[in-house]
Amino acid sequence: MTISLKINGKAVSTDKDPETPLLWFIRDEVNLVGTKFGCGIAQCGACTVHVDGVPIRSCITAIEDIDGSDVTTIEGLASGDKLHALQKAWVELDVPQCGYCQAGQLMSAAALLAENPRPTDEDIDVAMNGNLCRCGTYPRIRAAIHKAAKEG
Amino acid sequence: MSQFSASLISRRSLLKTSGALVISASFISSCGNADTSARPNNTPADNIDINAFLSIDTNGIATIFAPNPEIGQGVKTSLPMIIAEELGIAWESVRVEQSEIDSKYGNQSAGGSMSVNRLFNPLRIAGAKARMMLTQAAANKLGLPIEDAIVENGFVTIGDSRLSFGELVKDAALLPEPDPKMIKLKAVSDFTLLGKRVGGVDNPSIVTGKPLFGIDQKIPNMHYATYTKSPAYGGIPKTVNIDEIKAMPGITHAFIVEGKGAPAALKPGVAIVGTSTWAVIKARRSLSVEWNTEAAETLDWDTFVNDAKETVAKPGPQIHSDGNAENAFKTASKIIESTYSYPFLPHAALEPQNCIANVTGTAVEIWAPTQTPTRGKNQIAAVFGFEKENITLHQTRCGGGFGRRLENDYIAEAVAISKASGVPVKVQWTREDDFADDYYRPGGVHGCKAALNEDGKLVGFSNHFVTFSADGKKPLGPAVYPNQFMPRHLVDNFKVDQSLQPLKMPVGWWRAPVSNAFAFVINGVLSEAAHAAGKDYKDFLIDLMGDARVLPKGWGGGMDTGRAVGVISDAARLANWGRDMPKGRALGLGYCYSHSSYVAEVVDVEVFEDKTIKVHNVWVSADAGPIMNLSGAEHQCVGSVIDALSTMMNLKVNIKDGVVQEQNFDTYPLMRSTNAPNIEVNFIETALKPTGLGEPAFPPLAPAVCHAIFNVTGDRIYDMPLSKSGYSFST
Ligand code: FES
Ligand code: FES
Repeated sequence: MTISLKINGKAVSTDKDPETPLLWFIRDEVNLVGTKFGCGIAQCGACTVHVDGVPIRSCITAIEDIDGSDVTTIEGLASGDKLHALQKAWVELDVPQCGYCQAGQLMSAAALLAENPRPTDEDIDVAMNGNLCRCGTYPRIRAAIHKAAKEG
Repeated sequence: MSQFSASLISRRSLLKTSGALVISASFISSCGNADTSARPNNTPADNIDINAFLSIDTNGIATIFAPNPEIGQGVKTSLPMIIAEELGIAWESVRVEQSEIDSKYGNQSAGGSMSVNRLFNPLRIAGAKARMMLTQAAANKLGLPIEDAIVENGFVTIGDSRLSFGELVKDAALLPEPDPKMIKLKAVSDFTLLGKRVGGVDNPSIVTGKPLFGIDQKIPNMHYATYTKSPAYGGIPKTVNIDEIKAMPGITHAFIVEGKGAPAALKPGVAIVGTSTWAVIKARRSLSVEWNTEAAETLDWDTFVNDAKETVAKPGPQIHSDGNAENAFKTASKIIESTYSYPFLPHAALEPQNCIANVTGTAVEIWAPTQTPTRGKNQIAAVFGFEKENITLHQTRCGGGFGRRLENDYIAEAVAISKASGVPVKVQWTREDDFADDYYRPGGVHGCKAALNEDGKLVGFSNHFVTFSADGKKPLGPAVYPNQFMPRHLVDNFKVDQSLQPLKMPVGWWRAPVSNAFAFVINGVLSEAAHAAGKDYKDFLIDLMGDARVLPKGWGGGMDTGRAVGVISDAARLANWGRDMPKGRALGLGYCYSHSSYVAEVVDVEVFEDKTIKVHNVWVSADAGPIMNLSGAEHQCVGSVIDALSTMMNLKVNIKDGVVQEQNFDTYPLMRSTNAPNIEVNFIETALKPTGLGEPAFPPLAPAVCHAIFNVTGDRIYDMPLSKSGYSFST
């Protein structure tokens, strides 16, 4: 079975095991390692990517289930050299600690802002609740989302 | 950086590809890593080594090598800042690279909140030496007196002449290193960079998903491996369906590995090697292993706690004593008696353990996210018999540490598997592996007694501690009762008894080791005593500290009571302690001296009828001497508070028949963003030497929340986590 995907705008097709989780496919086969593995059971959000614009947990998404889809990973969040407003805000407010969760946090936040350009604290809590940060950067994540919303 | 490292992108290509960033005014502009447009001159430049930590190119750009592992505590930024400060260069002209692991950097490690503490002076000296050589070069070149030189922003100015570091570096590098006795360091009050807010040097790479972490590394022909160990520590594989596994798609090797040097190094297990992470994870689902569990751990946590609670009711073998505690209890006007417990905890760093090893003949090259690369190298040499000079270890950024990566067991696994299979291998743990095989924070039970005289003054304190031992003689390292922990030397009559229970499974250092649990116990007893004495806990603590003096040094010791009173008073001030609170809501206070830093925290907690709570505000007052990077320091305190809240409410591992029951985040519910309170941090900078901040803001939080809950409800909490007593976060 050949599965075809578009990843950050580039066509990719593969004959690999159709059950392969998108996470391991993009990390091992496509060599995009920004998307992270944290739990493998949709609990931590470190593996969040967009499939056709919707944030999903790539660790539990088999490539066969998204054949033909458009995938955006953290590597595709900026437009060329122009960083996404969230990426800028993340750097400006020094959001990361270890940084491991942040690709997932950014992808969840980007999906939120695409839907809701001026989220309240509560909107942010709902949208971001699936993303764990073991280092406890939640307050700065919230501040950075507000900043990006304002300046984006 | 190694030529084998395909994904460790070179600094040069990173500089070319990263876009220019606009930095907010409150931050010092990010260093050269982020923003190449800030470079005065982009022409090719010769890079001249000044010392192990520093090279400067002929364009005046300094490359500073960050020696210690970055685990999220910010040392890849703060340590280079120390050098840049003394050197006298603008941060925009600095690039930071992680150094290689080499004896010229001493013991490279991240633990015990020691990096800044230990390296503050050596790094200042490294920066100052370079500054002095550049100044001398300028004086020689200009024929002007060195005494008149001013060094600022990468330039040496003498009189009307101004020369850039770039113009001077070639001459400077030829000069002898200054005599150590002649080195003049800047006064702390003259710092221009240290103490400011500086963004993490890797931030631009983190937000664009660049390969920074151990898990992101790749080398040519790299194979992927899983490693399956006994569910109860100490089990050995007896029969394994190796042939069936070998025949599965994408699997190249499967074999049993014998243990060596466990628990510190290699535990016995079964390796599956294949062509992708998914191939080995999938094949592992068909793995069936029969374990020989004769020598395996058998601990049952609930039984331990029940037994220990009976043990502490009676006296045990005494280990510390001052005055005469028994007498104090006989003559006391009030006695408070209570028993506290806290559970085993895994570290649960978000990046599961992983390591790449490539064994070729008598040499090995390793890529590892470790907190102790120097020690790791030594361990690999000792366990596998490699000559040290034949081991190359590359440190990578770590997706959290919290003490777990002080251990290097995953390095030993990768080396063993690469050696046996003959191919370069990346060992990848699953989250389940990470929960099942940790060096856990040991649980413990404390039977505490406090004696008050008729004035409500603490006159006696005793603690019977039940803890774990591997040899039956002494407690395991992180399971000790520190010989100088509060309230020792604050009360005349003091004693600690200790009873040991056998333990085979490994325990380890967990963010703010010992203090993370003891602060809950000791603040708990002391706040009970304050209440029994009819005193406000803040006043009681300040009275207890007495005159400003430095207490005896030792494990947990060396506390300056004046600095303790300083943070307690400051936290109270920040929170407006003593004010009227709305119904159902109260303030609570916790204090701890740990890792040579002083932290007091006041929390504002609302408790609802159904035992749900909302922590509205947390005020942190910390005295860790001069602050290096204000952004990083504040971040560590906020992160510690959130970690402590999370741990206090829900986190524990239950151990049955020696097997840890929790396997993933669904049963180990780390706190999510919804429950994060407002957190305000204030630093008091009383000392001249900085101490660490990665851990000390953790311990005071849980006891502060427990104090607040008592103030609302009258309910005392004796067991961690709070979920044990029916509490949860309100939604
Ligand atoms: S790795 Fe997918 S949610 Fe944790
Ligand atoms: S920054 Fe470390 S897990 Fe979020």
